[in-house]
Amino acid sequence: MKDPRDACDSAQGRSEVKTTTCYMCACRCGIRVHLRDGEVRYIEGNPNHPLNQGVICAKGASGIMKQYSPGRLLKPLKRKEGAERGTGQFEPIEWAEAFQMLEERLGRIRATDPRKFALYTGRDQMQALTGLFAKQFGTPNYAAHGGFCSVNMAAGMIYTIGGSFWEFGGPDLDRAKLFIMIGTAEDHHSNPMKIALGKFKKRGGRVIAVNPVRTGYAAIADEWVPIRPGTDGALFLALIHETIELGLFDRDFLIQYTNSAELVDQNDESDEFGLFVRTGEPVDPGCFDPQNKLWWDLASDQPTPSRKPGTEGRLLGSYKLADGRKVKPAFQLLKDRVKTFTPEWAEGITGIPADTIRRLAHEMGVTARDHKIELPIAWTDCWGKEHDTVTGNPVAFHAMRGLAAHSNGFHTIRALSILMTLLGTIDRPGGFRHRAPFPRPIPPCAKPPKRPEAVQPNEPLAGMLLGWPAEPDDLFVDQEGGPVRLDKGFSWEYPLSVHGLMHNAITNAWRGDPYPIDTLMLFMANMAWNSSMNTVEIRKMLVDKAEDGTYKIPFLVVCDAFHSETVDFADLVLPDTTYLERHDVMSLLDRPISEFDGPVDSVRIPVLPPSGDSKPFQEVLIELGSRLKLPAFVTAKGERKFRDYPDFIVNYETEPGSGIGFLAGWRGKGGERFMSGEPNPQQWDMYARNDNHFHYELPRSYQYMRNWNKGYLQWARHHRLIRYDEPILLHVYSEVLQKFRLAAEGKTKGRQPPDHLRERIKTFMDPLPFYYAPLEWRYSDPIQYPLSAITQRPMAMYHSWDSQNAWLRQIHTDNYLFLHPKVGHSNGFKDGDWIWVESPWGKVRCRARFSESVEPGTVWTWNAIGKGSGNWGLKPDANESKKGFLLNHLINEEIPCPAKGKDSPISNSDPVTGQAAWYDVRVRVYKADPHEPEETWPRFETKGALPGMIPFTKRVRNFFAGRKEG
Amino acid sequence: MSRKQLALVIDLNICVGCHACVTSCKEWNTSGWAGPLSDTDPYGADPLGVFFNRVQTFEAGEFPHTETIHFPKSCLHCEEPPCVPVCPTGASFKREEDGIVLVDYDKCIGCKYCSWNCPYGVREFDTKQGVMKKCTLCADRIYDETLPEDRRKPACVLACPAGARSFGDISNPTSEVSQAIRDNAGFQIMPEMGTQPANHYLPRRKTKLVIHDDELMRADNPLLKEGELPRPQLSEPFLDDVTSW
Repeated sequence: MKDPRDACDSAQGRSEVKTTTCYMCACRCGIRVHLRDGEVRYIEGNPNHPLNQGVICAKGASGIMKQYSPGRLLKPLKRKEGAERGTGQFEPIEWAEAFQMLEERLGRIRATDPRKFALYTGRDQMQALTGLFAKQFGTPNYAAHGGFCSVNMAAGMIYTIGGSFWEFGGPDLDRAKLFIMIGTAEDHHSNPMKIALGKFKKRGGRVIAVNPVRTGYAAIADEWVPIRPGTDGALFLALIHETIELGLFDRDFLIQYTNSAELVDQNDESDEFGLFVRTGEPVDPGCFDPQNKLWWDLASDQPTPSRKPGTEGRLLGSYKLADGRKVKPAFQLLKDRVKTFTPEWAEGITGIPADTIRRLAHEMGVTARDHKIELPIAWTDCWGKEHDTVTGNPVAFHAMRGLAAHSNGFHTIRALSILMTLLGTIDRPGGFRHRAPFPRPIPPCAKPPKRPEAVQPNEPLAGMLLGWPAEPDDLFVDQEGGPVRLDKGFSWEYPLSVHGLMHNAITNAWRGDPYPIDTLMLFMANMAWNSSMNTVEIRKMLVDKAEDGTYKIPFLVVCDAFHSETVDFADLVLPDTTYLERHDVMSLLDRPISEFDGPVDSVRIPVLPPSGDSKPFQEVLIELGSRLKLPAFVTAKGERKFRDYPDFIVNYETEPGSGIGFLAGWRGKGGERFMSGEPNPQQWDMYARNDNHFHYELPRSYQYMRNWNKGYLQWARHHRLIRYDEPILLHVYSEVLQKFRLAAEGKTKGRQPPDHLRERIKTFMDPLPFYYAPLEWRYSDPIQYPLSAITQRPMAMYHSWDSQNAWLRQIHTDNYLFLHPKVGHSNGFKDGDWIWVESPWGKVRCRARFSESVEPGTVWTWNAIGKGSGNWGLKPDANESKKGFLLNHLINEEIPCPAKGKDSPISNSDPVTGQAAWYDVRVRVYKADPHEPEETWPRFETKGALPGMIPFTKRVRNFFAGRKEG
Repeated sequence: MSRKQLALVIDLNICVGCHACVTSCKEWNTSGWAGPLSDTDPYGADPLGVFFNRVQTFEAGEFPHTETIHFPKSCLHCEEPPCVPVCPTGASFKREEDGIVLVDYDKCIGCKYCSWNCPYGVREFDTKQGVMKKCTLCADRIYDETLPEDRRKPACVLACPAGARSFGDISNPTSEVSQAIRDNAGFQIMPEMGTQPANHYLPRRKTKLVIHDDELMRADNPLLKEGELPRPQLSEPFLDDVTSW
């Protein structure tokens, strides 16, 4: 062999290096793709990209095997004439036919009843475009996967602090000293979190992980605090209790920057009970949270307008206004609320010893108080006060689905947000920091339509598909208070369902409740498999027929790059490209990749041509939008406006002449403007020359305290990120929730909930956080089903995406149910045995793996490793379908709703936000009969490769870029 | 030790077990000097591929005092490599100038003596090609002058998101890797084998926070300002009332 030092890699064949943006998960790192003779040779992190700074993860580095996977769909397909749906029998067609079918069908729906078209998408990163298409079409039935992912995290935090974890903000580990991770998914935020965590640990920062299992990030924590699933809210309330009792809260921060000191009406009889006492006219009447409130001044012992110069609000006490009204500062109400939530109380619920809870509170409180950071950055607050420094309390948190995916998640996350607020850590160094376009007003201005008339034939939807209700009047309901959306989002059942309830779309459409639909289009959403709860029944619904022999969901369109389990159920299959084969944008109109120091957006630029007849879904939507003559896609004369997706990205404006488009960088004719400006024909090139991203670094004085930073808010308003530059006070007390409660109590004159939902609204729309056991637990016997079952996200696999990937599937080929040895011993099975795991709703046969890294009341497995036999380009005997399994079969998408009557179930979701409560499930485990086959159950019919797919037939894959032999 | 010895230093205090090093290694090397890295049954039952670098995860201790440890492992480029002297053809060799242990596929006859002698199980037999393969420390990257200098590192080191991996000359006491070993009690695995692995690991180090009782309450406690801390009522007896001297 030659000496490797002489084997200069780039001299082997024709070498090219192209840059684009990764899409092996939702992290969206910058990558450099090295090609050899046109084949992908090496994908490395782009050192010039702010997100990943040159690193790459296991998924990103395996992009080669995604590109060359035999699971790729390469032809449009339609279900064979006469073949039953779900049997995977297709015939290949041309795009022209596919478009014609869609144009006719969707055109008819749009002209008659646009509600009958429903579009739901997975973790697609293009919600700005898919949402635009649906809105222009005029259907209210659109959502992405947020409803079953982490909407509680978004809603719970945004309704409290005006920002949230993940794309919208995160822990400032550069400056933190103590970092607490609770219920984190190890893919959220993948590389940035790992980079930050590594640096933090090297600097000697202390990490505490609160989680039922110790894997991934929790593995390197200095302390692991095991907790029972679904009980985090009790932990936070006890931490708040201890923080308040000991005075470990940041009083100055609470008084000035939150609504803690503001006075709340306490007259039981009043129609304004629980609302802030308002005085005079607000400065900006359009703003939802105007500042015309009162506090009780410490020195004069009198009520004064809050933040009046020379006054200082009291946080505690009970007062009477001159007119006799009883009032209390919001903070006093919080203190009253947590009075009985002692560490001892929480110990009984969480399983965490009271002493540990107390110590955690002390660590947080003392670190926040005694390790103050002071940066020499002058800034001016909204009230005109000039500050010489920015200060911070170095306690940072990160949390994700472990809190969110429970039916009590919203209040749990409200409690966490309030704890972070008490410690004075919001948008300050060492704590939580926002990412543009956040912070946004609480709640943000976008609102869903208010009534069914928003849907009209041949008209765009009059309102936003997803938005942020601020009061009952913002709900999307009909005269009787019934839902307008198929998924019942923004109805009284789930008032703040800000990401929709995709997880109920199929069940509702099948049942015809609230109404039947005609066409369901799914993009990258594996709803017949891991993206549904109750998968077995969902699959039956997809093929169920009415008495007349027609399918209850008449037409199903699936767009995906790979042969997922859902593809087999399609009537029409649209083959998508991979991320290396297309243009794409990570837009500020969607979920951008902003940094703490300012807005960032980015693009994908194709590295390779589309394989086979695959077509980017972006192009499909532009084509369909043009054919259907949706206003945004055609000229006033009805002619096609955009040549293709890249042309659309450059020239589309939210309104004619608005200057706001999908990309914020290099706007204006010559690329001289940013955030807003005229379309720039050279915009793509300018992104390409700048490593595919635009990063605007805010002046240092605008980088902190942004909720109340005059300069920042004016900047953000000037660049039209936010409509109001009023201070965004943190909502320790949520007047928004109280307004819903008042309606349920019949105290408001506006919209009233249907009677059967009054009690539910009254209970759950509580202006202060509280703990309640997950709702499903009311319907499963705790003796019979004593264990909680949850999933964890492996770092080397994203959703169900990568079993088709020859390298990644070798890391997670199949999965076990992890449980504490004690659970095995008491149920009579051993490590490695085949067992049954059973919930009240279903059962699964799988293998047991004993583990000491799991809280003994919990069993868990890796998410979405199990696959349908023959799907994803895998052979029928692949481990994924023989030994791999889904927990989804154990989880119901609905629970009984006593108030609605026996036959009217309600979504198994958080009653505030509609977040799918898939971590609530309770199970039992027992040994499988030795005579049973040693394979997973339930099993489904084996599927074969679809027309146009190129199966891998050799025994060995010897991938070597450039040899075309993979 | 004076001769140059390149090596990896892996910080177990930081490794989160994400497998970035595993697949970055695979993608670089499968199309590189040491490639291809074959995958048998890549889409079927029990796929079995050649990986130069693998992460093993294990638990230590009993609940709740459990540690979960992610342990990345590749050829350790031993100072006294037991795989070299047993090779009948001289295919397995340790390079004088930088201490990297390599296999010359042209000389390898696939007898596997080397892997039987490796106490660490880090050699990977390629059944397709019939030769033994292993980590080369990306010998086809680290001297490649067409690459920018800061990218002349093994793919696993470049990839590692947490920064748990570093690369350098452990015989040079001023190198970053030597300093990391010295400062953090870096260790070799299975030193009793006498192989003197060049790759080192840094152990878990715990950061703790001790809070004294008297730190909990401070003079500027906000509860004092709010008048919430208990003060005796004026009607209660005071020492001042009853002591006369």
